[in-house]
Amino acid sequence: MEVDRRAMECAVDAQSLISISLMKIHNSRTQRGGIKLHKNLLVSYVLRNARQVYIKEKYAEIYRMQQYEEVMAVCNEIQELDPLDLGAEDGDEEEQGRAACCGEESRPAGSREPEQPYYRSCCMEAPPGSPCDQFAPNGGGGGGSHCNKTTVLDLDTHVVTTVENGFLHQDCCCAAPQCAPGAAARKRKVDSGGCAPDAEEPSDFTAARKRLKREDCSNPDCNPDYTDTSNISNLISIFGSGFSGLLSRQADLEQVCSKQALASLGAWTRAIVAF
Amino acid sequence: MKCFSRYLPYLFRPPSTILSSTCHTEADIISTVEFNSTGELLATGDKGGRVVVFQREQESKTQPHRRGEYNVYSTFQSHEPEFDYLKSLEIEEKINKIKWLPQQNAAYFLLSTNDKTVKLWKISERDKRPEGYNLKDEDGRFRDPSTITSLRVPVLQPMDLMVEATARRVFSNAHTYHINSISVNSDLQTFISTDDLRVNLWNLEITDRSFNIVDIKPANMEELTEVITSAEFHPQQCHTFAYSSSKGSIRLCDMRQAALCDKHCKYFEEPEDPSTRSFFSEIISSISDVKFSHNGRYLMTRDYLTVKVWDLQMENKPLETYQVHDYLRGKLCSLYENDCIFDKFECVWNGSDSVIMTGSYNNFFRMFDRNTKRDVTLEASRENSKPRAILKPRKVCVGGKRRKDEISVDSLDFSKKILHTTWHPQENIIAVAATNNLYIFQDKVN
Repeated sequence: MEVDRRAMECAVDAQSLISISLMKIHNSRTQRGGIKLHKNLLVSYVLRNARQVYIKEKYAEIYRMQQYEEVMAVCNEIQELDPLDLGAEDGDEEEQGRAACCGEESRPAGSREPEQPYYRSCCMEAPPGSPCDQFAPNGGGGGGSHCNKTTVLDLDTHVVTTVENGFLHQDCCCAAPQCAPGAAARKRKVDSGGCAPDAEEPSDFTAARKRLKREDCSNPDCNPDYTDTSNISNLISIFGSGFSGLLSRQADLEQVCSKQALASLGAWTRAIVAF
Repeated sequence: MKCFSRYLPYLFRPPSTILSSTCHTEADIISTVEFNSTGELLATGDKGGRVVVFQREQESKTQPHRRGEYNVYSTFQSHEPEFDYLKSLEIEEKINKIKWLPQQNAAYFLLSTNDKTVKLWKISERDKRPEGYNLKDEDGRFRDPSTITSLRVPVLQPMDLMVEATARRVFSNAHTYHINSISVNSDLQTFISTDDLRVNLWNLEITDRSFNIVDIKPANMEELTEVITSAEFHPQQCHTFAYSSSKGSIRLCDMRQAALCDKHCKYFEEPEDPSTRSFFSEIISSISDVKFSHNGRYLMTRDYLTVKVWDLQMENKPLETYQVHDYLRGKLCSLYENDCIFDKFECVWNGSDSVIMTGSYNNFFRMFDRNTKRDVTLEASRENSKPRAILKPRKVCVGGKRRKDEISVDSLDFSKKILHTTWHPQENIIAVAATNNLYIFQDKVN
């Protein structure tokens, strides 16, 4: 048990490091002088290291706790499901899960707002390969297909690049997800509440900020208390209280996702969002 | 109190004046210090975009104890905050680096840079002014030409010394990422500016174009694993420069080999010790500063906990490694939380390359004598500095019983950090920037 406890201590430290790192990446967006590439790269290394330790420990724990056959049965079940269909059974729990995953603003239960806000959160605010990777099949709907993506903006050419499950998509100019859930994530548009395309937007980042402003002012459905920070605060408070809350619901899913996540660890760790 | 002249050949005396701004705001924080090539001038840049240049007093027979003190010579606003409307980004006015050009005429020239733009400044003295214009009277008002009956030649009359700084060149729009260093070539015609991913070569006369000589940006930004942290030209070989990376490696490049110097000719890296692996291994191995020795045979690098001296002929490991503050190794987690782990300390050689110096926390700075292998920790603070007293060595107690005069690791003030220091090129005079205060220490004169 001595080993276990020490292992758990490592895991707890890893957890707090992950939440601290997420907060740093979030804060860097609003720091004067723009996002510092060097610092964010170093923070992503800490995230990767902490996540490696955490996953390793959780793996050990899960294997000890569960029968192998049980896990396989669940895995088969999951792989049969089309990831895009999972969102159809959206309940409160799924919403929460997605919110936690993608740092989405808290929505009233059962609401189906356009995905763009949390797409932005997921792919531009969240650090590369954050829990989004882990919970990818759980995400479901439009969110699910976004959750295993990492988006980067090349400041030189203003090309937005999306990496989806290891595949590379390169789009011109800016990004916004489809409004309709379940649509192919490849098509990218900027809009302010509708789905009007605007391919001329020069900067993904700028677009995100503009969208945020517009949402704050004009979206009548928007929770007036919603802010970018509250997304991350939710995310962090969830992590701060432990992954176990999410894991208990989806421990088996997690395992499959973790395998996927681990496989793509190399690619994930190197993504720097919005650069 | 031990006389530490036995440990180091130099004794440093606190300044009779500590130069600092009267009110401490964020803008007053000194962000760079640099002596010029003769040591006559000392330039500082701050977060508010200002440059302050100090000049050494001429030695005076009547006041020998005021030998060579530094006084303010010129102050000017080098950079202003800017806004990039296309990217919705504010560009900070903070001066990241200042590099002097060697003096070639009566005026002084320096390069100063913020995150995006390098500027060449000319600092010149004006102690005469022309008087006796024909068409203008002394107030500057135009005369009625019909009242002029004779012509005269204007003469130069002495006036109070005025030091003026003018921006002679502005080198802009060449960097997408933040500029971290500039370096003037020994040919005195070109210089390089370096950002996170690229090194650009400029001609001092030409501002509308620069050559990119190093580009480590990957085709797919997702594959980014390291950034450039600093670059410097070799002090004598005008075709050689070195750049350091966030992964703890240094590359030496020869510009004669190819137009694009992506292929290095030497690669300096020490393999990581697996027993010290931690969450923060990548952060603490990132090099924050690289400096060639004056003789051009060695390179010095600073990472978070150590200073290393490399022999240019030996790539696989450093010649010497000095622990700056190894007692921080156990505190990396809290230093990560408060962002101190990202502090970029600089390092500097003395004129003869026998002593190296770098800063630490609690306003401590450290000197290492490469020959005797002795080191000393000194503190830059008003309380401990009486004029003409000798600086007392400080010691950090790592554990166990704390002796009198020692300071424990937990009492260190991490908000007081010395990131920027510079050493006079010939004499034992050092300038140390502690937040908004500049300390200039000189060695003891018998």
